[in-house]
Amino acid sequence: MVIEAGAREKLSFAVIDAIAHKHNVELGAIIPVLQEIQEAYGYVPPVAIQRVAENTGVPASELFGIVTFYAQFRLQPLGKNLIKVCHGTACHLSGAERISQTIEQVVGAKEGETSQDGLFTVERVACLGCCSLAPCIMVNGKVHGRLTPEAIGKLVSQVKEKEKVVLSGEVG
Amino acid sequence: MFPERDKKNRDWVIRVGLASCGVAAGGREVYDALSTKLRQKGLNAELKQTGCMGMCYNEVLVEVSSPGGGRVFYRHVTPESVDRMVEEHLIGGQPVTEWVIPDEEIDNLLAKQKRIVLRNCGIIDPESIDDYLAADGYKALEKILRSMSPQEVIDEVTNSGLRGRGGAGFPTGVKWSFARNSPSSQKYIICNADEGDPGAFMDRSVLESDPHSVLEGMLIAGYAIGASEGYIYARAEYPLAIRRLEIALAQAEERGFIGKSILGCNFDFDVRIRQGAGAFVCGEETALMMSIEGRRGMPRSRPPFPAQSGLWGKPTNINNVETLANLPWIILHGADVYNKYGTDKSKGTKVFALAGKVAHGGLVEVPMGITLKEIVFDIGGGTSSGLEFKAIQIGGPSGGVIPASLADTPLDYDSVTKTGAIMGSGGLIVMDETACVVDAAKFFLNFTQNESCGKCTFCRIGTLRMLEILQRISDGEGKEGDLELLEELAESIKRASLCGLGQTAPNPVLTTIRYFRDEYEAHIYEKRCPAKKCRALISYEIMPEKCPGCGLCAKYCPTGAITGERKKPYIIDKEKCIHCGLCMSVCRLGAISVQSGGRDE
Repeated sequence: MVIEAGAREKLSFAVIDAIAHKHNVELGAIIPVLQEIQEAYGYVPPVAIQRVAENTGVPASELFGIVTFYAQFRLQPLGKNLIKVCHGTACHLSGAERISQTIEQVVGAKEGETSQDGLFTVERVACLGCCSLAPCIMVNGKVHGRLTPEAIGKLVSQVKEKEKVVLSGEVG
Repeated sequence: MFPERDKKNRDWVIRVGLASCGVAAGGREVYDALSTKLRQKGLNAELKQTGCMGMCYNEVLVEVSSPGGGRVFYRHVTPESVDRMVEEHLIGGQPVTEWVIPDEEIDNLLAKQKRIVLRNCGIIDPESIDDYLAADGYKALEKILRSMSPQEVIDEVTNSGLRGRGGAGFPTGVKWSFARNSPSSQKYIICNADEGDPGAFMDRSVLESDPHSVLEGMLIAGYAIGASEGYIYARAEYPLAIRRLEIALAQAEERGFIGKSILGCNFDFDVRIRQGAGAFVCGEETALMMSIEGRRGMPRSRPPFPAQSGLWGKPTNINNVETLANLPWIILHGADVYNKYGTDKSKGTKVFALAGKVAHGGLVEVPMGITLKEIVFDIGGGTSSGLEFKAIQIGGPSGGVIPASLADTPLDYDSVTKTGAIMGSGGLIVMDETACVVDAAKFFLNFTQNESCGKCTFCRIGTLRMLEILQRISDGEGKEGDLELLEELAESIKRASLCGLGQTAPNPVLTTIRYFRDEYEAHIYEKRCPAKKCRALISYEIMPEKCPGCGLCAKYCPTGAITGERKKPYIIDKEKCIHCGLCMSVCRLGAISVQSGGRDE
């Protein structure tokens, strides 16, 4: 899924224009436009902000203000896999900090960072709403609950294993 | 909760709970395994997905109703248990008793509950409008359109005593009449589904389990105030809720419940879904509207109130998911039936997300006025750890911590407010004696501090100063006067903040100081954390007599502080240890102990 960042941004204008135009008719659609851009690229590339500004007439400074206000938006590309670590109340009580620590250890990235090999981005989130399964994390959109440090080790090596298979498949 | 509804069924009916919790626990895999197995065996059984059954601690949950009318719930189901379940129960006629939840346990869970908002949750397929219709869905809409004027609808809801379930508890009918009486050709209904409190999942569960009830509630509200357009502002972290809402919306449009001339009457109503982009402050009404308008979600001062000048300057009414889901029931059954439940000033029921260190965590709906004790012990089954129940956190970051000594407090708006907490949206987190109140206060303040939009100085900087003091206290650097300073700052923040976020942000700190002052003092003067939680004040040790030398702890230790020889007791180097506690969580034999006595040791 990850194309080289530069190549993606070159490709993007047509897509960005389409997204912006699709919503243009609707009042106040700036946030959905930015959400769709992030959906398409995994983050909001700076050139996209420029382009949306040109398309919609909303100043780039204001767009940047919106992007930095909301926790959902990212200005950096994502790693291949996204891990969201829940720090809700129930997870906190059940040792979310330890979960974070373990993830940092096995993945090689702190919360808010992407691992050097580009395989994982780790994010800290306020609550995934699966409090009865605390502590929990979300890996690529799927929630995993009742976690232990050992279970995380397994989960991460499973993902790594899959990546290896994909890679060797691509080579072959 | 679950009426004996399948009595007439000639076939087996199997329901798999597939709300987020169920899915996270592996519910889809169970559903697929069941589907394959039933096909293989050629059995006449109806396999259904449903939403949240409320017993989250048992996920994955499967309900099996036999043709005769008997019904059992299986808990902790895995794809591997499907074979035996089908063979022994559906073919052999004998339930696999050791996997079945005992009737007594279910009775205890349900005895004190009254399910109005959750009436369809865990029963109907949330993705099927026919299921909703079969459960009297859209009948309330039909009733108001055919036989009630907007004013009569408002009167009915006012009489029901329903108060806003988002937290503040403002009477819904009164709020509507403000919007109704604001003259304008365009008005809006907004459903606030931006459930931001950590530890709360009521709205998510309702949206995932019964999305049509929320849509119907919006239609009723729209008709009452004279709005023709509605927005649902839902949290982006709830992808399943959003997907089910989208499905429900498309179905309702197709059947003519949403759109132009609804049910052939002179009432038009359209609904749009907007995804919140992750800002807690957007749960505040004016900030939420800013966000829908495509701006930074920063609250503004009121008046003008949204009912006069809201979204794009038009009269707007904002109701929370739970409030809306109540409406169809109230219209169908009547205000007088609804207001029999609850207390004098807090009518009806309230949904709570019961979580934390509680044995039977899940989604519960109880009449207002039930005591905390009844929820924690009678419904929740006490603490999950078996340790002493210490306190309950209510109302999320805006709420407070109520100690076990006040467990007789009835849950109604006024009694909860008296404790210094607030009812909030319905998050209830049970704490046992391993929870440190300083740590909890720090946790919530850290959250609100991060989420402050930055508009008001006291909220922006005052909360940061409070957080720094709390950090110092938990680092063992607390000093005389800290608590007084915290209290003084808290009062200032409450008074000098524009919106609810700042006005309530100090509550967790104030309530913990009020009820657990001695624990704060232990941190400050004795440099001791009684709950053994604050990292700087604890130390870990391996008990040689219990350690078999497996080396697992050493493998997980992030700083390499644990060393030893295989099959001999390991040792923790206190100089290198960062007190993260990972060793303790991975040790299967309980060979690691934690002391609080602090840095002097």
